[in-house]
Formats: sequence, C-alpha cells, structure tokens
Amino acid sequence: MSVAVAAAVVLVAGVALALLWAPEDDDQGPSQRIFYLHVPIALTAYAGFGWGAWKALRLLWTGGQRYDLESYTAIHMGTIFGTLTLVTGSIWARTSWGVWWSWGERQLVLFLILFLFYAAYFMLRFSLPDGPGRARISAVYALFGVVLIPISFLAIRLAENFIHPVVFTRDGPQMSGDMFFTFCVCLAGMLLLAGTLYLNELAGKRLDLRLRELREALELG
Amino acid sequence: MTYVRDVAALARKDLLLELRARETLPAMLLFVLATLVAFRFALPADASERASVGLLWVAILFTALLGITRAFIPEREQRVLDGLVLAPVDRSAIWLGKVLATLAFLGAAELVALPAFGLFFEGVTWNTVAAVVLADVGISAVGAILAAMAAAGRARELLFPILFLPLSLPILVGGVGAAVGDDPARYLAFLALYDGVFAILAWASFEYVVTE
Repeated sequence: MSVAVAAAVVLVAGVALALLWAPEDDDQGPSQRIFYLHVPIALTAYAGFGWGAWKALRLLWTGGQRYDLESYTAIHMGTIFGTLTLVTGSIWARTSWGVWWSWGERQLVLFLILFLFYAAYFMLRFSLPDGPGRARISAVYALFGVVLIPISFLAIRLAENFIHPVVFTRDGPQMSGDMFFTFCVCLAGMLLLAGTLYLNELAGKRLDLRLRELREALELG
Repeated sequence: MTYVRDVAALARKDLLLELRARETLPAMLLFVLATLVAFRFALPADASERASVGLLWVAILFTALLGITRAFIPEREQRVLDGLVLAPVDRSAIWLGKVLATLAFLGAAELVALPAFGLFFEGVTWNTVAAVVLADVGISAVGAILAAMAAAGRARELLFPILFLPLSLPILVGGVGAAVGDDPARYLAFLALYDGVFAILAWASFEYVVTE
C-alpha cells in the first residue's frame, strides 16, 4: 500500500516536473518531453527482465518454488513496460522524424526483438504442464533472455553497417542538471509503479494458488 | 573420458536412427532446395546480388528449423528421455550428443545448399563458408536446448519456431554481415562469440530442462 502511494506521488511529481519545470529542448521543442516517460519506461522494462532472470537463477540454485511465481510476474511486468516502450518510442519517432517506425533507432529495434522473445516465454509457459518442470524450463528460458539482450544489442549495431547508416542519433546536447533531475524523478516513479504492480500481481497470483489448493482439498475431503 | 564416450554413444544413436528411418535428412535436403527455388521467384529481376545472400541465410535458418523441430519429440513420445535421465550419464551429455547429431544433419544439408546457391544465384565466398560453419555451431547449440523445452509442452512443433527465431536473429546478422559487410572478420568474431556464450549457457542449464 505504501509503495502504491509513493508511486502515485513520485510519478505525478515527475510528470509535473517534466511538463512544467524542465527546460525546453532547443532542438526538438516540446516533443522532447516524452523522453521523461519513454526512457524511464524502457529502463523499468530492463529492470523487470533482470529481476525475473535473478529470481530464475535463484530458483535453479535453491529449488525454492516460490521463485517461479516471482520470476514469472517480473517478466510479465518487463513485457508490459517493454510494449509501452515500443508504443512511446513509436510516438516519439512520429513527432520527431515523421515516421512511426525507424530501423535506425537501436533501442527500439532491440525492444522489438525482446518483445518477440518474451512473448514466446508466455507461449512456452502456458504450453507446459503445471509443476516444478515448468518452473525450471521457464527459468532457463528467462536466463537466455538476459544473455540475449547484450548479444542482440551488439548484433543491431553490427547490422547498421550493412542495412543502412545511422541517420538519427540522440547524442545532442548533454542533459542539463534540471533535465537530469526530472529524469531521475520520473525513473524513480516508474520503478515504484512497476514495483506496485509486481507486488499486487504476485499477491493476487498467490491468492489464486492458495484458493485452488483449498478447493482441491475440499473436493478430496 | 567416460563423458566423451557417453556423448559419442548418444550422437551415434541419433545418426543410426536416421540411417535406418531416413526421415529428417531427406526432408531437410528437399526443403532447402525447394526454398532456394522459391526465392528465385520471390526476387525481382533487378534485385541486387546482395539481397540473395540474405535469402541464403533465411533458407539455412528455416532448414535448421525443420530439422531440429523434431529432435526431441521421438525421445518424449517413446519415453527414451526418461531412460536417458535415469542412466548414469551427465545430463549435459544428452545435449552435447544431440548437438553433434544436429551438426551432422545441418552440415549435410548445407553441402547441398551451398553448391545449389552457387548454381542458382552467385558464387559462394570462403567468408560465407566460414560463417556457415560458425553459425551451425550456434544453431545446433541453441536449437537442441530449445527443442527439448518445446517437446516438454503441448504445442511442441508449433512452439519451437517461435522460441528459436528471436534467438537466431544475431546469427542472421553475423552470417549476412560476413558476406556483404566491409569487415568480415568482425562478423565472424561475433558469430564465434555467440557460439561461445550460448553453448556455455545451454551446456550448463540443460539438466534443468530434462529433470523431471
């Protein structure tokens, strides 16, 4: 509950700072302000994937079954925020460059690959019979994911040399102190939001599981 | 030393099975030829020669997909995997045996595919041959563990391509880059890096996939 309140407060403060306080970008004008949402969302997605892989590693290491649900929920959060990254990135591309999609934008292409990869995670998970076998296979797949992130990023950079040169870079002027502060508030807000959703979903799923166990016990009894 | 013998025995089992049943390899050979012919008609007449290199790599990936999809399905259906897991062998040996057998099938398919590509489209450079060899290692390493994962589920054949394609995109980049990029050595090194990283990960984590 307290996490939820903190998420709401920090996120509202972050959006207010981003819209009202942060200085306007000389190059891109007001459209640059989507940066304060887009980049924190992307970093939160990475945090979700990383947290999911960490829990997966714990599961394989210790065999504790509770890590399965934690890993699954974290990857679920990562996928939701990853999809939001694609959407916000697409909107930004439209306002800055006039196109909805640009293969020159490395992070967006990476998120598209990750989206495909983690969508397959859910296909895999729902195809497997419930139990410790499913937990272990999902965990191994989650570990492949965090290894795929840097390898894919490298691949995308290498591919630019022969697909087409980089036209757009975002290495404009360095961020000013005001901008960086706003960015950090937004990032904290987004992480808190993801944390809230994660804890909520985890609690819900645990309740579900408990309910099913009780029902089975009743039917047997 | 016993590890090597276990791996060899497991790989030999797959190759012998294939020699007797002749299921996978003829399908792969026909498939790769048919794909190349299909690509001939998919490319407009004024398409660049570079475009056809990309198609070669798509053909190789799809042929691998066809060959590896069923790699662990007989094991699951005939309950061989239960026996293998119970046998006193290291579980990673099961993976390595499957990787070696897959490598043999892929290599045989490419012995047909590369000359056919040279005949239908353009000559194959040594860079491409080197990239194909490196890519085969990565495809087999990742393919064998993903096939074991997919075979454990209900969707099986349906699931494997979805798991495999996102993971094989870096291989596509390395392979095409080695043929058309300015600096082929960088792309070959990238393929070697991919092979190393994913082979170690798959080798270390395979036992968790097959343990019941």
